[in-house]
Amino acid sequence: MLVVISATFFMVHAAPGGPFDDDRVASPEIIKQLNETYNLNDPLISQLGNYLFNALQGDFGPSYKYPGRTVSELIASGLPITAELAFYSVLFALLLGILSGIIASLNPGKFLDHFPMSVSMIGICVPSIILGPILILIFGIWFEILPVSGWGEFSGDKILPTITLGSAYAAIFARLTRGGMLEILAQDFIRTARAKGLNETRVVFFHALRGGIMPTIGFLGPAIAGLFAGSFVVETIFQINGIGRYYVQAAFNRDYTLILGISVLITFFTLTFVLFSDILATYLNPRLREKGSMN
Amino acid sequence: MKKITLLLIIFVILGCSSQESLDVESANKQGILLLDNGTEPQGLDPHIVTGVTEHKIIIALFEGLTMQNPQGEGVIPGAAESWTISSNGKELLFRIRDDAVWSNGDPLTAEDFVYSWRRILTPALGSKYPDMLYAVKNAEEFNKGLIKNFDQVGVEAIDEKVLKVTLKTKTPFFLKQLAHYATFPVHPNTIEKFGGISNRDSQWTRPANMISNGPFTLTEWSINKVIKVTKNERYWDSDNLKLNGIHFLPIDNESTADRYYRSGKTHNLNIIQTEKISKYQNEFPNEFKLEKYFGTYYYRINTDIAPLNNIKVRKALSLAIDREVIVDRVTKGGQKPAYSFTPPSKNYYDPPTSLPHDPSLARKLLAEAGFPNGNGFPEFELLYNTNEGHQKIAQAIQQFWLKELGIKVTLTNVDWKVYLDRQSQGEFEITRAGWIGDYVDPNSFLDMMVTDRGNNMTGWSNTQYDDYLTKAAFSESEKDRINYFTEAEKILMDELPIIPIYTYTRVYMLREEVKGWFPNMLDTHPYQFISLED
Repeated sequence: MLVVISATFFMVHAAPGGPFDDDRVASPEIIKQLNETYNLNDPLISQLGNYLFNALQGDFGPSYKYPGRTVSELIASGLPITAELAFYSVLFALLLGILSGIIASLNPGKFLDHFPMSVSMIGICVPSIILGPILILIFGIWFEILPVSGWGEFSGDKILPTITLGSAYAAIFARLTRGGMLEILAQDFIRTARAKGLNETRVVFFHALRGGIMPTIGFLGPAIAGLFAGSFVVETIFQINGIGRYYVQAAFNRDYTLILGISVLITFFTLTFVLFSDILATYLNPRLREKGSMN
Repeated sequence: MKKITLLLIIFVILGCSSQESLDVESANKQGILLLDNGTEPQGLDPHIVTGVTEHKIIIALFEGLTMQNPQGEGVIPGAAESWTISSNGKELLFRIRDDAVWSNGDPLTAEDFVYSWRRILTPALGSKYPDMLYAVKNAEEFNKGLIKNFDQVGVEAIDEKVLKVTLKTKTPFFLKQLAHYATFPVHPNTIEKFGGISNRDSQWTRPANMISNGPFTLTEWSINKVIKVTKNERYWDSDNLKLNGIHFLPIDNESTADRYYRSGKTHNLNIIQTEKISKYQNEFPNEFKLEKYFGTYYYRINTDIAPLNNIKVRKALSLAIDREVIVDRVTKGGQKPAYSFTPPSKNYYDPPTSLPHDPSLARKLLAEAGFPNGNGFPEFELLYNTNEGHQKIAQAIQQFWLKELGIKVTLTNVDWKVYLDRQSQGEFEITRAGWIGDYVDPNSFLDMMVTDRGNNMTGWSNTQYDDYLTKAAFSESEKDRINYFTEAEKILMDELPIIPIYTYTRVYMLREEVKGWFPNMLDTHPYQFISLED
């Protein structure tokens, strides 16, 4: 985390232009004064020290672009929106991914296997920066049935961002589920269940899915962390005022403190979700648990 | 399975729902104006912020000594009911209205203005607009730290309601500057309570803390959602206020803003998407507005670099550009071709300069400069900040220069801060630029090009030009003053350190029930005059 903060810190300060450069050129005296107010004249290393010292106490400093607003305040206004977007996206990805994974695994080698898997391959390969504009073009401009920007302002405006952000993960979940299911479906207890005459729905959803979904759950943590990072692109495309868009704008505005604040948050999320996901996977998977106890 | 289905239904409903917001019909009944205000403001402190978005909110909350006349280019009394100007034009006495009070009931005093002007001029505050008061004696010196005692600055309270202002020299546009938010008063006790005179990051502008003197008071500020202001019952002219409140909506996406307007959630559409301009003009002629704006889009030339230091070369570059084609086929937003730096106004300043499109003369001049048919002319760079509009114009001009003059130009787009940085460091050959005047006077444009002014940035210097500007500042009659500006403008358009391209226009939509909203060059619409009629 320290590495990420320090690296970000030096990178933002290395970018040309400063937070107080403006169309209307202020006199050198004023710029000097502003730099002094925010300690930007100090050596970088002592600025970093100050920042870390304050950040540890939960103070991420004032925003340079929005005087009178703290970074924490701006993050607090954007985070719920980003969290909601990530939540819907993960839900969309899970539903679509697991369902198509199951269908594919039940029809190995047939059309119903090849088709969803080819689509998912495209889903993995097409980045949201391309998918978003394509969806906007089709649903927003050609058919004019869905809003192309905003979040919670017009009915249906949450649909396209959710699909854009969730698709890549739906595709990954589909492949993971298919793999997991194929492995489980070939096992003895499934054959026993079928032999006992249980109907196929029960076999698939109650017996096979429980194990088949394991790889997906293992990937859930990194996926959620990835969704937060992916929100940078999606929020910018759909002009959603979440932290992803703040981050991109802060980078353009050279709002040093806001860039750092959001970097800290995203790093924290990534580490937490990955750790959480590892713990969950270990807990659910007996094989991993045994290995752990052997060490 | 049932549970999952139920959850799914809930999420779909949640996902499709939208926030309840006021529509124009009920807003009309309640007397609330719903304004599409572009983006989230930087802040609401009149001494800190610098933008148009902020201006539109601040004039609802605060009031200066004078106010922009909504129906013309001059000013009308604001917090000051009257003023007198000494015969040499240097001393002004403002009489503040007896019934002008702050929103907490405190009287608005001359001392409040002295405090407020001290605040914006205090170096440690780091305000970017202190120059709006540089006409005041010793104001610039105090702001630059050359003098420490504010008593030496030419502003003092004669008594509770009389403010005396001493200027460096006669400044005809000073009264117009007083309608600018940089000169507005702030409530001294509130400023002191929230961190003092030089605190930039003060919390005093929050709804719970703000004390203001304008027609409205701040009641809600939700970041990126809405800023709500409510009629100030203590405002001196509150009996004549027709609006009960205004909601400023920060909608920075043009397509969302369009949807807001069309679905009746705002009374105005701040910017019309270019592709919809002609459609709206034809279909909604009563709502469509196309008005002159006090701004110029131009190209800035680095005159320190050869061969751009050659006047003939700069003239050739200008002569090769067909401005009509640019506004008709490239920008397509109703802009007017610019033939002077200051946007002309029929009423009082209409410079006789011209910037013709004459390719053969351009080629002749280029040949005289030593580059017949562009031979030997070094390839140079045209710099602009990343933006589709700037790019289209740059491409058109690149074509003009290549086709008419045989000059090759590379287009370089960089992000906004890099662009600003390179411009201020002089690391450019030609850059695009735009300027919106802060007050309607040729001075707000022409002063920029005086030798070594911070916004000149071309390296260009002309003693005669500087001399005309000084003479204009000291001239006794308005007629002389305008003549000096005209002469200066002629020099500028002859030497062309900057090449004007077009004059900005404001193209927007306004619902018919909004009355008292008059066109003017600063696009300022004081809310005191606005009403909503069914």
